[in-house]
Amino acid sequence: MRRLDAIHAVYPQLERCVVVTIMGAVAAELQSIGHRPNFFYLQHAMGLASSMGLGIALSRPDLQVVVFDGDGSILMNLGALTTLARYHPANLVHVVFDNESLLSVGGFPTATSTGTDIAGIAAAAGIRRTETVRTMDTFTTAFTDALAANELTTLVAKVEAVGPAAFVTDLSLLENRYQFQRYFREHPAQD
Amino acid sequence: MPVSSSSSSLIYGCLKDAGVRIMSALPETWLVHLIRRAEDDPEMTLVRLAKEEEGVGISAGAHLAGVKSAMLMQNHGFLASVNGIVSCAQLYRIPLLMMISHRGEFGERDPWQTEGGGVTEHVLDALRIPYDRLDSSDHVARRIAKAQTLADSASRPVALLMCRDLMWED
Repeated sequence: MRRLDAIHAVYPQLERCVVVTIMGAVAAELQSIGHRPNFFYLQHAMGLASSMGLGIALSRPDLQVVVFDGDGSILMNLGALTTLARYHPANLVHVVFDNESLLSVGGFPTATSTGTDIAGIAAAAGIRRTETVRTMDTFTTAFTDALAANELTTLVAKVEAVGPAAFVTDLSLLENRYQFQRYFREHPAQD
Repeated sequence: MPVSSSSSSLIYGCLKDAGVRIMSALPETWLVHLIRRAEDDPEMTLVRLAKEEEGVGISAGAHLAGVKSAMLMQNHGFLASVNGIVSCAQLYRIPLLMMISHRGEFGERDPWQTEGGGVTEHVLDALRIPYDRLDSSDHVARRIAKAQTLADSASRPVALLMCRDLMWED
């Protein structure tokens, strides 16, 4: 499974979600399919995408939050899985695209290439809905089910270690940030 | 325990007045009363962290989603959060309010706390983070309100150092 194809397959479902991605290939690929004001790309601070997702999910329980994480990023902040489990926001779906490498910086293998099981770590941290998927069909089904489940889910998608040729896009970081913030203001919580 | 209950209550009330509704925290001795206040307050969401840097991400998400937050941490937790502060809060212009217990200054008895006290203000300076000290109840309200005001107007992280003379009674 290629990550670009996986994102493409669930892209229509992202329209009604608030999406936070990690830096590099994931951000560039989602933008190549089509940027939306409800998408935020955390272009550094590796490891904090899931924490940002938690902050948003706790602040706006009326919105569905999706985090597109990666193996390299979540491995830098494994404690965040315990915090996610502790507060288990029902409106958060945490997808980890696991290509077993730090692709954006030369493709050096991460620990998932030698057996570390992120879904297993998430489950042991206390996240009750976890799954590892390896095909397009199972990913699409698992993602759709996670959105419908109304329960915190960590979904690990094993993907090929391929990505875009370039990571810098036309969207500046602060333009993205203010546009994203405005999205929340324009979609206030209904009492 | 000689952690000042009255100073903790004063600080907590000022944070509420500043509009803070999410507090992330990693416990340390000087923060116990503050954390318990947050825990008992139905208007406050307390997020207990595994490591302080997570709090930067949580506050960034909360800010963009429209909720004011503060981080409660020891200066060693601040030191552990530096990359998140630089590459999330500063890069994305997040008005991050950091409430830092300033261990390791004159009067510190715990040998393991003594290195952090000497470097905290230098690191804040190096990061160009505006900060002030809270060392007397006289100025707590004013300084917390002003810190939040600058954080909001500059859209940048700010820090308040909760010092021994305010936090510890012995």
